[in-house]
Amino acid sequence: MTPLLSVQGVTKHYGRHIGCADVSFDLYPGEVMGIVGESGSGKSTLLNCMAGHLAPDSGQVVFDTRTDGPRDTVTMSEPERRMLGRTDWAFVHQHARDGLRMGVSAGGNVGERLMAVGERHYGDIRDKATDWLQRVEIDAERVDDRPTTFSGGMQQRLQIARNLVTGPRLVFMDEPTGGLDVSVQARLLDLLRGLVRDLGLSAIIVTHDLAVVRLLADRLMVMKSGRVVEAGLTDQVLDDPQHAYSQLLVSSVLQV
Amino acid sequence: MSESAYNFAYLDEQTKRMIRRAILKGLAIPGYQVPFASREMPMPYGWGTGGVQVSAAVLTPEDTFKVIDQGADDTTNAVSIRTFFERTADVETTTETSAASVIQTRHRIPEEPLTEDQILVYQVPIPEPLRFLEPRESETRKMHSLEEYGLMHVKLYEDISRHGHIATSYAYPVKVEGRYVMDPSPIPKFDNPKLGQMAAVQLFGAGREQRIYALPPYTDVVSLDFDDHPFEASKADQVCGLCGAEDSYLDEVIIDDQGGRLFCCSDTDYCTSRRAAGHQGPAFPGSEVAA
Ligand SMILES: Nc1ncnc2c1ncn2[C@@H]1O[C@H](COP(=O)(O)OP(=O)(O)OP(=O)(O)O)[C@@H](O)[C@H]1O
Ligand SMILES: [Mg+2]
Ligand SMILES: [Zn+2]
Repeated sequence: MTPLLSVQGVTKHYGRHIGCADVSFDLYPGEVMGIVGESGSGKSTLLNCMAGHLAPDSGQVVFDTRTDGPRDTVTMSEPERRMLGRTDWAFVHQHARDGLRMGVSAGGNVGERLMAVGERHYGDIRDKATDWLQRVEIDAERVDDRPTTFSGGMQQRLQIARNLVTGPRLVFMDEPTGGLDVSVQARLLDLLRGLVRDLGLSAIIVTHDLAVVRLLADRLMVMKSGRVVEAGLTDQVLDDPQHAYSQLLVSSVLQV
Repeated sequence: MSESAYNFAYLDEQTKRMIRRAILKGLAIPGYQVPFASREMPMPYGWGTGGVQVSAAVLTPEDTFKVIDQGADDTTNAVSIRTFFERTADVETTTETSAASVIQTRHRIPEEPLTEDQILVYQVPIPEPLRFLEPRESETRKMHSLEEYGLMHVKLYEDISRHGHIATSYAYPVKVEGRYVMDPSPIPKFDNPKLGQMAAVQLFGAGREQRIYALPPYTDVVSLDFDDHPFEASKADQVCGLCGAEDSYLDEVIIDDQGGRLFCCSDTDYCTSRRAAGHQGPAFPGSEVAA
């Protein structure tokens, strides 16, 4: 089977400082990959390199496109990459306000990607937006309200709806549950788990939180100082970590 | 300083060349916003310094110049710009649309169809149609260059979700030659259909924002809309009280202390010439349509 995403030797420096170094892995359709590691270990840098928000210094990010098969998204033209960004890819930011238009209604936020790919029937766009609000457990009545009137958890669910409405094949998430209350986190996690299962989503999830990867990720990569120090099936890595750093990470979480 | 110290049409030749280059570039890429180094003009920005600079760059001594503001030749704004060019360029001026070779306008397109021998210069306050939803200039520039215009429809979507219909009635966004989305300046959407396939050259100048854009003659211009909410060039459902015109854009004016109202052509030259030709509206006693 062709991997949906094949990352090879991705390296990104900030000046002389390492962001991430020589990261390689394959993600197969329907898989969820978790990326964990302490603060500053390079998780967001790697994610942004994969999602086309940052240009890696070296390495390839090969995505299996619908029309042309595997293509290196690092070297493809910017219009092509941005097109992927609003069709086949989705990006869920830690802070909902980075991923939402706060001055636009919930319906407009969800509808934007539809309009961006050429939908021109107001009624259809609104119906799809309403449907997606309900799928992320937001009352359809709120379709014309601005996200500023939503709670943090609702904003995050709205951001997810806005991203999933065009049926992306790969979802990037950077700390999707970070910054939310624990009870709100749990609800969001349940929702994400349901969506991942129902839609057969492929996803890459960056998180500090091992509970998140335990619940959502099939496989896990542990990063330290910009490098992947251990990778494997989630349960395996969490239950029987091989690398000394992974052992520390797992045990420190267990003690909390 | 004596007036003779000014160069023809106030701006020096170097500056006019620079502006003409921007205009030519704009004509070559219809709807594309060309940056230019806007000059200080002896009037405030709100008075259409972008339009004034464009007019100064295209005027020749043989031209006949007309200025309209909301369709009228006699507002303070229109009069002062007309006077400015009478003084600095010594050109003929007129209020007659058909007699003018260069027309500078704010907020209207004349009712009378323009010809290939005419240039229409628009004063533009905000040239960027994506500004309201995306304030970052670097991002809007990228959106234009990559033709990413979904956001423009988000604005119309918001309109419908709030008002039940597209409530935008001025500065209604258009797509030019199937490529650039453009702000036609704050003309009423009633005027939008006149933008397309116009015989005259249309030039747009934004002074404070330092942008020039253009529509060469006979350019395709389409107003954005939704399949189920098509664009409508609406106006008040009335006839002109003075000349009886049914096809012109109307202003509602208060005519007496009792709050009496009158709808009349916003294009004063159009109305005057119709009345001179014997047309009469319902506001005149004795007129057969008078209510
Ligand atoms: N824009 C930047 N300029 C310079 N250095 C940066 C920049 N962004 C990140 N870094 C550095 O690169 C390294 C990796 O940062 P990154 O944000 O990828 O880590 P992270 O694992 O996502 O951390 P966190 O869990 O805190 O979000 C860190 O040392 C960080 O200080
Ligand atoms: Mg991070
Ligand atoms: Zn009239």
